[in-house]
Amino acid sequence: MTAPATVDTGYEVVIGLEVHAQLLTRSKMFCSCSAAYTTAPPNSNTCPVCLGLPGALPVINRQAVEMTVRTALALNCEIPPFTKFDRKNYFYPDLPKGYQISQYDLPLSQDGHLEFDVDGVRTRCGVTRVHLEEDTGTMHHAGDVLQEATSSLVDLNRCGVPLMEIVGEPDLRSADAAREYLVRLRQILVYIGVNDGNLEEGSLRCDANVSLRVRGATELGTKVEVKNMNSFRAVHHAITFEIERQARVLDDGGALVQETRGWVEARGATVSQRSKEMAHDYRYFPEPDLPPLQLGRDLVESIRAAIPELPEARAARFSSQYGLSAYDAAVLTGVRAEADTYEALVDAGVSAKVAANWQMGDVAALANEHHVALADSGLGVGGLAALLALVESGAINGSTAKELLSELYIVGGDPAALVTERGLGQVGDAAQLAAVVAEVIEANPKACADFRGGREAALQSLVGQVMKATRGRADARMVTTLLRERLSG
Amino acid sequence: MPLDPEEVAHVALLARLGLDGEERRRMGADLDRILDHVSALQRADISDVPETAQVGALVNVWREDVPAGSLSQEQALANAPDTDGEYFKVGAIQE
Repeated sequence: MTAPATVDTGYEVVIGLEVHAQLLTRSKMFCSCSAAYTTAPPNSNTCPVCLGLPGALPVINRQAVEMTVRTALALNCEIPPFTKFDRKNYFYPDLPKGYQISQYDLPLSQDGHLEFDVDGVRTRCGVTRVHLEEDTGTMHHAGDVLQEATSSLVDLNRCGVPLMEIVGEPDLRSADAAREYLVRLRQILVYIGVNDGNLEEGSLRCDANVSLRVRGATELGTKVEVKNMNSFRAVHHAITFEIERQARVLDDGGALVQETRGWVEARGATVSQRSKEMAHDYRYFPEPDLPPLQLGRDLVESIRAAIPELPEARAARFSSQYGLSAYDAAVLTGVRAEADTYEALVDAGVSAKVAANWQMGDVAALANEHHVALADSGLGVGGLAALLALVESGAINGSTAKELLSELYIVGGDPAALVTERGLGQVGDAAQLAAVVAEVIEANPKACADFRGGREAALQSLVGQVMKATRGRADARMVTTLLRERLSG
Repeated sequence: MPLDPEEVAHVALLARLGLDGEERRRMGADLDRILDHVSALQRADISDVPETAQVGALVNVWREDVPAGSLSQEQALANAPDTDGEYFKVGAIQE
């Protein structure tokens, strides 16, 4: 299924995304229970704090605060000197306290932005705030058919896991822009090590506020909140559907209802979630069990200093420093570990272009096949660098290097020793090659005649014959030169 | 200004309190008296008092990110009104 084309509805589209990201801490937000909720048996990572038992007191996880500050700084936010937590009150079985500890009027950060390209156009989306709260438990519905279920099952292992909310400004103007914002945001979160970026499993979640207005209008239209989008594709499809649905309502002279709608993948549609329309009245008040935070400038600056070079900046540097195309630079910097591997190869003496070609070609294929990145493979960065040095010096040719790479990727080994041991050295001796070239010319009169007749491709088949005769070890460039000489003579 | 009956019903709903008419009337009168009592604060002169978002003297009370023990599943479920042995069991919730 391909992404639906963006239809021009004649209205201006206004989209703002709210993203929730679980932080990669080891323990929960306000208690010392393990945050590894996916692998534990149900309700085995709980304690009086996250079960909401009377008298239990929360204590702030410092690492979660620092990760939120790191994120906020990476998104160009300001970090106010004073911040506090608040209670958001509502009853739902996945939150046994009867309130979620969140942040209301004095969040950890505010006034940031993210810049990215949408179809080559520089786009900027404001980030209203990044704040810290706690996740809820998970609900399972007994029976396959939701409407027929008579009971629901609650697992509180996830309850209290640190959750960061990244509120975006309504600055996005298309489904493409919304998807690109989310792609970029996810990339940054994973790059700085605060989130694993898994939309499918919900450690990263995205809600979209979508509204339309007549072009030129300054007031915002009635907004609809869209939920349940658990992939980039779903985000794009759901927003596209919602834009078209709203445009139809407005075209027919109707009025939109401010509501929450869930994306139903199977139906390819957003559906009103009536039960959640009950007026939200959260009665926020300052959390009396948690003293506020005063984040010193020293702490904030030390967190800022530890932020790695972000993907977009790194890609730009790869282009200018290593002479890579924008595409290659983007591919190599998309995942931080891959970018580190690339720079390690270059540092080990591999030329920039050669390192890029091998890493994005044969190495990527092997990593994919074996589910092991080069850095973690038996061969390792050092082994590949040694192998490519043999190509560079002319000791072996490219096809021998490919075979050795494939053979040594998992088990590792010393490429130079193997080349000597097996006699894989490149045949670059002119006299030796000349003899083989003469034999091949003798045995392939038709190909020779074709080449002489102007068919350039015939030469390739003759080169192939020489490679075959030398078990792939011939210096291909020298073979080509020799063949041209003999055939034009 | 006294609370109107709808406000009392709304607060009762938020607190998940099922109140009949007589209870709503009585609670409404009680809430009125409580609000009236607290509203005395609004008459205090606070022109010399700096604004604050906290009343305690503590700041930055936090812990390192180190997991420690949790309750066992059996302990966690011990006081639940209903379970299936692994999960808390509640009335059907339709999202």
